[in-house]
Amino acid sequence: MKKLLEIKNLSAGYENQVVLENVSLDIFSNDFIGVIGPNGGGKTTLIKTILGLIKPISGEVNLLINKTNVGYLPQVNQIDKRFPISVFDVVRSGKADTALFSSFHKNTREKEKAESLLQEMGISQLRNKSIGELSGGQMQRVFLCRALMNEPELLVLDEPSTYVDNNFEGELYLKLKELNDKMAILLISHDVGTISFFVKTIACVNRNLHHHPSNIISEEQLASYNCPLQIITHGNIPHTVLKLHDEHEHHGHHH
Amino acid sequence: MDIIIELFSYDFFVNAFLASLLAAISCGIVGTYIVSRRIVFISGGITHASFGGIGMGYYLGINPLIGAGIFSILSGMGIQLFSSKGKVREDSSIAIWWSLGMAIGIIFVYLTPGYAPNLMSFLFGSILTVSTGEIWLMLALAIIIILFFTLFYRTILYIAFDEDFAKTSDLPVGLFNYLLMILISLTIVLNIRVVGIILILSMLTIPQATANLFTRDFGRMMFYSVGFAFLASFIGLLVSYFADIPSGATIIFTQVVIFGLVKLIKAF
Repeated sequence: MKKLLEIKNLSAGYENQVVLENVSLDIFSNDFIGVIGPNGGGKTTLIKTILGLIKPISGEVNLLINKTNVGYLPQVNQIDKRFPISVFDVVRSGKADTALFSSFHKNTREKEKAESLLQEMGISQLRNKSIGELSGGQMQRVFLCRALMNEPELLVLDEPSTYVDNNFEGELYLKLKELNDKMAILLISHDVGTISFFVKTIACVNRNLHHHPSNIISEEQLASYNCPLQIITHGNIPHTVLKLHDEHEHHGHHH
Repeated sequence: MDIIIELFSYDFFVNAFLASLLAAISCGIVGTYIVSRRIVFISGGITHASFGGIGMGYYLGINPLIGAGIFSILSGMGIQLFSSKGKVREDSSIAIWWSLGMAIGIIFVYLTPGYAPNLMSFLFGSILTVSTGEIWLMLALAIIIILFFTLFYRTILYIAFDEDFAKTSDLPVGLFNYLLMILISLTIVLNIRVVGIILILSMLTIPQATANLFTRDFGRMMFYSVGFAFLASFIGLLVSYFADIPSGATIIFTQVVIFGLVKLIKAF
């Protein structure tokens, strides 16, 4: 088990506003951490700091692997969907370290890698479409391909299940579970109920961070972490591992 | 047809023709970047700020285009600096530089003794009076732009599409943003003589909008934009010559007509 990242006493935020305070977290090579928390609680700030997009106000973020070995899937609403770019080019942009003088190279390897990822996600036929023509689920698949281009050791995903249908959501999480054999995953979600089935541990972020050592968490625990979230479950996605408030009490009576 | 061929025996017309071709190349390529990245308003700010340099050029008795070049590059940097470091909203920052440049220009033109005869040509363009020296400058710029966008095509594309992601991939995002800002400024300044400060924004957006009706690929959009820009410039040049109306305005009008026609045809 290799340590990929250590965060020590991190404070981070924007201009005059501190969003994260005194946050510490270690990420190891086989981790699959679900990051949950209320809106504005600092989930995105946390990963932007990890990615080096925001400088810490104080504390340390030590990335122990190469920066280019961190795969990143941003929130969809950060992407300009009318930008004139093809699916294939978006995926290829994941291996940008060769982009600088790419006009001199054939980039055969890179193209093959992009092709095989598209195939793996079942979207080869979308290759030449422009991103504006895609559905939400298709777009997330494309951005997942892009994040995987560099064969990352750490994969960071910011709300990959927004604008996608339930079917794809389940498929996506199964895919992530499979990818977790090869890489650590940090997954932001607003949907505690769904992700807890797939992740190994849960990090509650609301100004502070509490790393809960299991994927089962109760509403009381959430509250004690200063992360009062409603556990919503829905649709055809398994969510049975969640300890709901009522069940918890119910079990209590029997023992 | 003979009349058109005969026109090419006049030096001023050959120059105008070359100017429209070179303007199409620089504006077509740089405009695609501007439109794709949604920095049309920044480009408008730079364009108008360059008027300050033109006024200063008149006052100091140097080539107004040199003044315009300095002002446009400074305003390009200034807009970025104001909004990133000065905590001014970006659109406000653009408006500040936009109007500051115009104000400085007006003051200097007023202070310059006598009448500034070419002033109108800077404001509204005058492709028929482009000099051979200006043609050489435009040619140099076109070559630089073609080389830059060919060599660094993917880097430019990736940064323009998703700047944050490009940063996480260790691409030199800041450097390229500044280099592209300089290229935008130079493109604007050297094409001021073709369509003028007031109208140049159209050269950077209308051919691109037409191209966008045919393709949603960054590279192809550049090629098509150059084509449409050239078509409009050349037709506009001829029409303005024969109808004896201002060239810059005619070129822009032709661009809009082409856009409208293409959109109409595509609708059927």
